[in-house]
Parts: sequence; C-alpha cells; structure tokens
Amino acid sequence: MSTLAVKDLTKTYLLRDGLRFKRLEAVKGVHFELTPGRTVALVGQSGSGKSTIAKLIAQLERPTSGTITLDGKPVGRRGKALAAYRDQVQMVFQDPFASLNPFHSIGHHLERPLLLHGKATKANVREKCLILLERVNLTPAESFIDRKPHELSGGQRQRVAIARALAPEPTVLVADEPVSMLDVSIRLGVLNLLATLQREENLALLYITHDLATARHFSDEILVMYRGDVVEQGPADDVILTPQAEFTKQLLVAAPEPGTNPRFLAEAKRRGVPMPDHLAALEDRT
Amino acid sequence: MTRTPSRRRAALQRILTPSLVIGAGLIIAIVLFGLIAPFFVADPLAVNNAGMHGPSAQNLLGTTQTGQDVLAQLAWATRGSLLVGVIVAFLALFLSAFFGILGGYLGGWLDEVFSLFTNVVLILPGLPLMIVIGSYVQQRGLLLIAFILAITSWAASARVLRSQTLSIRTRDYVQASKIAGEKAHRIIGVEILPNLLPVMSSGFVFALITAILGEAGLSFIGLGVVGTQTWGSMLFYAQNGQALTLGAWWWFVPPGLMIALLGCGLSLVNFSIDGIINPRLRTAPKQLKQAKKARQASPATKRERDDEPEQAEQEEVSA
Repeated sequence: MSTLAVKDLTKTYLLRDGLRFKRLEAVKGVHFELTPGRTVALVGQSGSGKSTIAKLIAQLERPTSGTITLDGKPVGRRGKALAAYRDQVQMVFQDPFASLNPFHSIGHHLERPLLLHGKATKANVREKCLILLERVNLTPAESFIDRKPHELSGGQRQRVAIARALAPEPTVLVADEPVSMLDVSIRLGVLNLLATLQREENLALLYITHDLATARHFSDEILVMYRGDVVEQGPADDVILTPQAEFTKQLLVAAPEPGTNPRFLAEAKRRGVPMPDHLAALEDRT
Repeated sequence: MTRTPSRRRAALQRILTPSLVIGAGLIIAIVLFGLIAPFFVADPLAVNNAGMHGPSAQNLLGTTQTGQDVLAQLAWATRGSLLVGVIVAFLALFLSAFFGILGGYLGGWLDEVFSLFTNVVLILPGLPLMIVIGSYVQQRGLLLIAFILAITSWAASARVLRSQTLSIRTRDYVQASKIAGEKAHRIIGVEILPNLLPVMSSGFVFALITAILGEAGLSFIGLGVVGTQTWGSMLFYAQNGQALTLGAWWWFVPPGLMIALLGCGLSLVNFSIDGIINPRLRTAPKQLKQAKKARQASPATKRERDDEPEQAEQEEVSA
C-alpha cells in the first residue's frame, strides 16, 4: 500500500513585472501525508495555493523546494520513473467542461490511460472501458462510450473524468474541487461516488475544496490553507468544532449554515440551547 | 439514437451557408476545368496564321497574336496555376504547422528562436523578395517558384497557430492526457492538432489565394515559371502582344476572370470556415427574417408595444 508524503513543499513563481521580477510564494512549506483508505481535505479560498499543490503532486509543476515521496522514495521526474509514479497517482480536474477533449469520444478518454498503463490490450480495451463507465454509474455504458463530451451533462462529464483517473488503477487520487463547477443538485451524487470508490479501492484521496461542510462530511483530516500557508491541520471534527486559527473561524462563519443565522442564534440563546464553541466565541465578540 | 440522422442533417444545414455553397461551387468548377479540359483542347502552343481573331466556332475564345488557341491555353494555364497554388499551400501549411505548433507547445528557448524566425520572415516584403530571388535564378522551374512563394507566405499563419497552440496546451484536457502518461508527440498529434484543424484549413485556403495571386504577379512581370503555362504567363504574353491596345479582350479577360473567380470562391469558403470556427462572425439572415416574421404575425404584441409610450404619457398627464 502506498503512502504519499509531502514534506516542506514550497512553490515560488517568478512573475515578470516590466524589467523587475516579483516573487509569488504560492505554497510555503506544507507537510502532509496521504495514506490508503483515508481522505484528506485541503480547504482554502481562491488563490490560497490549493490547486498548486494538486499540480505539484500530479507532476505538472516542479516544487521549488521540499519533497514528495511515494512509499519513502522520491518521485521520478521523467521516463520510466515518472510513468511508474503515474501508475499510482492520478488526478481529477476541477472543470469537467475543460478536462475532456471536445474532439474525441468518451471511449478515447478511457482507452488511452488503459493502454498506456498496460491495464488492457487492444483486444479487450472496449470491454474494460465499459466496465469503467459502469463503475462510475454511467449506464447503459454502451450508449455513452461513443458519444462526444458535448453531448454529456456536467455531472456525467465529471464521472467520465473520474473513470479516466481510475483507469490506471491508482492508489492515490487527487480531486481538485471536483464538484465546484457542477449544479448543486448533482454535487452530492458525484461526491458520494468518489467516497464509494475510495472505500472500495482503499484509495488515498486528497479532496481539495472551499466548502467546509463537505470537507467535514467526506474527509478524515482537514488542512486549512491561507495564502500558501497551512494555518490549521487536524482531524476533521476537531477543525470544524474547535477551530484554532482565525482564518478557519472566518471560513466557518462565511458558510451559509442555518446555525449562523443571527435570528436563529438569538432564538437559541433565549431558549438556552448550548452552542458550539466557535459560535459562542462569535457571540461574545459582537 | 433515432435522432442522430436528423441532428446530423441540422448540423449540415448550419454549415452549408450560401457563401460556402457558392464558393465551393466556383472552386469545383474551376478545378474540374483544369483537370479535364486539357485532354480535349488542341495544342496550346501550335502557331497558326490566323492571329488575333475574335471568338468563333473554330476557336471558342479566339486566338492570340501568333494564332494560338486561347481556350487551349486557358485550360493548360488553369492546370498550371492550380498546381502551383496547391503545392505552395501544402508547403506553407507544413512550414507554419512546424514552426507554430512545435514552438508553441514546447516553449522555452526553442519557442523564442522559432518565433523570432517567424517574425523576421513575416516582415520580409513578399513580392520584392520573390522578384529578387526570381531574377537571380536562371532555371525557374515550377517547383522553385512554388518554393519561393511558400517561404514568403507561411509566417502569418504560423503566428496564428502558435497563439492557438499556446492557448490549447494549457487547457485541462491536455494536462489530463499528460497525467495519463501520453508522450509529447501524441499530445501534439492527437490531442492538440485536431482542435487546430479549422484554423489550419483557413490558413491553407488563404495560402492558396496568395500563392495563385503571387504567381500571377511574378509571371506578369516576366519572372514566373518557365515552361509551364499559368494564368500569369497568359497575361504576360497578352501584355507583350498589346492585346489591350488592340482591343483583343478575348485574350486577357479569360485568365483575369479565372483569377478573380477562384479568388472569390476561395474567399467565400474562407469566410464560412471563419463562421464555423467563430460563431460570432456568422451572419444570421435566417433568424432575423424569422424574428421579423414573428413580429408581423402577431400584430397584438406590436400594438401593445406601440401603445405603451402613449399610456405612459397619459399617466404623466394625469399625474
């Protein structure tokens, strides 16, 4: 079973500003571990470095410093070592409308990783594609395999993207805001699918999101990022119920939970309902 | 699944705009003429005593000063001009794809070198360069002229392809195929190239137009292909034979008209390709007509709209 460990990961971009260069520290010294069967959620606002971490893990970008190790071995940068790493680590992109090539059929998107990672031969690749489509609940699979991406809805496309990521039979899966571009009504379906697949495959899942509620619901551990720093890290319930960092508290307040409705709070106080700590803290401040 | 044929027909109807149909019709007619007519006409170089005769039953498009049949010349010239155009267009397509797509995808210093080279070629003035090269070389064969035309006409579409590639290579589906483990040549060939096809076909058509016009220009000033007849060489000989001053319109009008018609056809096709690539450029006469019809068909709504300002006025008055 593979464990992906991220140690002291830093990514600095050099931005050219006329003749001068500006440094943008997208990720500053982040540590975490992805272990089989566990989900780690990475929470933070836009521009906090979440997607940069996803790209670094997927080897689309190289870290400025720090290491990413798989089972204690540093990851390969090119050739066979990189191919071996990609056998293990796969990624689901944020935008299902951009992550499928409009020119190719759904079948093409699944065939390629299957063939590249030796999970199918030319003879049985179609069969394996159908199995993959069924695994992500796109049934009847026969009717989806020859369609083009534009003929599918956002949720169906994201299921195809998940199937593609699962094709090499990875042990680590990075999901970069997998539902943020989808309608609210189908988000839960896609998230439940991810959770089911994670349980069945014993995947190590990194779930990147800006939504604390789903992070708590679907993950074991939560990392809260703010401007490239991890400001809080711990078991999901602890982070949500007893947030330590100021930014986490702000995030919790920003979420439209019924509990944070001022009218509801006043009513709860009048009746003497015990309040979660972070809400009580808010009440004291105001 | 039963909807598919009708859906396909609807898509076809959307693509088959009048400009595409007319343009393609013109091109096909000219290409067929160039392909078939040379087999049926007399020797275009056979000299005859009956020079400078107007159209007659014997010579449908009259004769030149030396009594050569203009129709026969036109048939062979059409073939020659089209051949030059097609060779140049393919060469230019290859060069622009090589420099544009490869540089755009690989980036780094290679891209810097490639785009510097592209920009240098882009600002080289085309026709003067052709004249200089054409006047230096003694044996001006068809391939050489095609090569000269190609190296002066690929740069603009290379820049377009480069910018398109830069945009496509950062799209998620390219990143995703990288994560899936695709090799660079497959990413360029299978993931990126198909999405560049509309842009490339428009570049191809444009190169075809410029090549045929450029070749006609070169031939007209006497620096064109030696040994192969083209529309430009016909015009050159017509000019030399003082066709214009003698009023021999049958000699210079047909090649000029062919150039104009082919240019028109290719441009029309190019416009409709643009319309397919970028729907915002598509003109919508049909929808406009439908909207107008709908407005006329429901006078009630029209009356309402007309009444509104009056009502508002009345209200103002009463207030």
